Amino acid sequence: MTGRRPRAFYVLSIVFGLFILFLYGPMISILVLSFQGPEGGLVFPMNGFSTHWFGTLLAGGSQVGIGSALRRSFLLAIVVMVLTVAISVLAGLAFRRRFRGATVLLYVAIASLIVPSIVVSLGIALEFRLFDNAIKALGASMGIGWIQGNFISALGPYTSGLGAHLTWTLPFGLLIMFAVFNRFDPAYEEAARDLGATSWQTFRHVTLPIIAPFLIGVAVFGFTLSWDELARSSQVMGSENTLPMQLAAKTTTVTDPEIYALGTATTFGSVVLVIVTFTLASLIQKRRRGG
Amino acid sequence: MTHAADTDAAVRTGRTAARGRRKGRRRGSAIAPYLQAAPMALVFLIFFVLPLAATVLVSFWQYTQYSIEPAFTAQNYGDVFYGCLRDLPNLCTTFRTYLSTLKFGLIVWAATLVIGFTIAYFLAFHVRTLKVQVILFIICTIPFWTSIVIRMISWIPLLGRNGLVNQTLLFMGAIDTPLEGLLYSDFAVILAMVHLYTLFMVVPIFNSLMRIDRALIEAARDAGATGFQTLAFVILPLAKPGILIGSIFVVTVVMGDFLTIGIMGGQQIASVGKVIQTQMQFLQFPLAAANAVILLVAVLGGVWALLRLVDIRKEL
Repeated sequence: MTGRRPRAFYVLSIVFGLFILFLYGPMISILVLSFQGPEGGLVFPMNGFSTHWFGTLLAGGSQVGIGSALRRSFLLAIVVMVLTVAISVLAGLAFRRRFRGATVLLYVAIASLIVPSIVVSLGIALEFRLFDNAIKALGASMGIGWIQGNFISALGPYTSGLGAHLTWTLPFGLLIMFAVFNRFDPAYEEAARDLGATSWQTFRHVTLPIIAPFLIGVAVFGFTLSWDELARSSQVMGSENTLPMQLAAKTTTVTDPEIYALGTATTFGSVVLVIVTFTLASLIQKRRRGG
Repeated sequence: MTHAADTDAAVRTGRTAARGRRKGRRRGSAIAPYLQAAPMALVFLIFFVLPLAATVLVSFWQYTQYSIEPAFTAQNYGDVFYGCLRDLPNLCTTFRTYLSTLKFGLIVWAATLVIGFTIAYFLAFHVRTLKVQVILFIICTIPFWTSIVIRMISWIPLLGRNGLVNQTLLFMGAIDTPLEGLLYSDFAVILAMVHLYTLFMVVPIFNSLMRIDRALIEAARDAGATGFQTLAFVILPLAKPGILIGSIFVVTVVMGDFLTIGIMGGQQIASVGKVIQTQMQFLQFPLAAANAVILLVAVLGGVWALLRLVDIRKEL
């Protein structure tokens, strides 16, 4: 395969290069600008070179609430990740066989992906509002003191927020599981069963190890989709903000490069996360292939 | 003899037992898929189906400044389309907002489709080894692991009033005063959306292109087709499923967008999503719900039309 390249190849290579520049250019500019000197502004030229803005970021920064939002987003993303993997695997197993309502469930999952996020967010907020009203009415009529005194709303990161994120991550998880089980050879499971393994043993010692590397993919998807989620979160987090919401709120009032430092830091974090997990996945696969 | 008979019997009972177990498993397995699918079904029921039902319900309710009242009214829909028929041929606010959102949808769709197809085509047909394909593909995806807000903010140093683009143009003497409309404008919104969503076009189209049997292309060339003819009559039709999936994703995301338009438009450009968001901030939930129902119908109608378009062509 060392034939002469057609001219189209060189044209398309240039287009591809420009596309990469388009993708990376803005990111590189904030990467560089996050190392602005203490007197530096939001745009070029660089006014000195320092890690001043990372320092203010670490010290808690002038951006109030970024730290707690970061912690909240991280914990929520972990929970979403675990649930996405568990629920997607179970549903993936279910879809290997025929069951009533399978088509409906698939259509609902796909609809969940394409219905505008603001509509989903509004819907969940309304549902919880109705639920709150019902709880309060119940509390008033039954005379339950705790509800009358302390109950404000069921809206929160781990109730409505978690649900909103799952409507976004689960369709991706399910589609990945489809791809995984489409290529899955059931002969291994049949062999295990013929050797007397129970359904659980077959799953635990045969199916699960085979699909494990792909589950890491589902986990990474679940985590990053939740970590970045903004549109669906917008109305359902109650009084607490996630990191993207906090960032979006700050965009109207950005005055110094600290926000670039935050951008650089979070980008670095997610790139490291992705590299680590994929290395892990390929290591698992390599070890398995080696025997 | 007896020994053999014993083993024979043992094997037989063993088999029966196994068969019994298998039967039991089969009986158990009848409900297994339902149990396995239940968690996902439950999540979608509570956080997707019921919320949509609540939205439709509330869109027919009345509201005051403080609360929503469960009393039927179609007034919210009347408010959304207030003056729309009377003012024709002039466009009312709602129609203008939808038209503006649709404009963004079409431009971003066209741009992401052309760029996305070109990139996918290059990766699928001009990169020769799987290893290089994977590497280039990963290079394309890395920026998508960053927060979308950060990716939007990162245009400020380039497009801002004193940004790199203006500085360069001033330096080259192409302009005397900095261009104002680079950031916080229609242009910025479209640029940011293309930046954010092109990959969603590349992935499904690349997937479709990789499935095309290379022999078909050779056959087209042998039959005397030019490169362009091969592209138009062989590759494009076969890439249609990928194009369709990417298109549905991009169009629906742009139609419901309020964040990119808000941040990159400097909170000055209207979109349907932004209208809903603003009404929620003012606690006009039934009005927001009515708008959401209309948006939902419009988007699903568009998706349905896209699906029809392709099915009809397949039948021809």
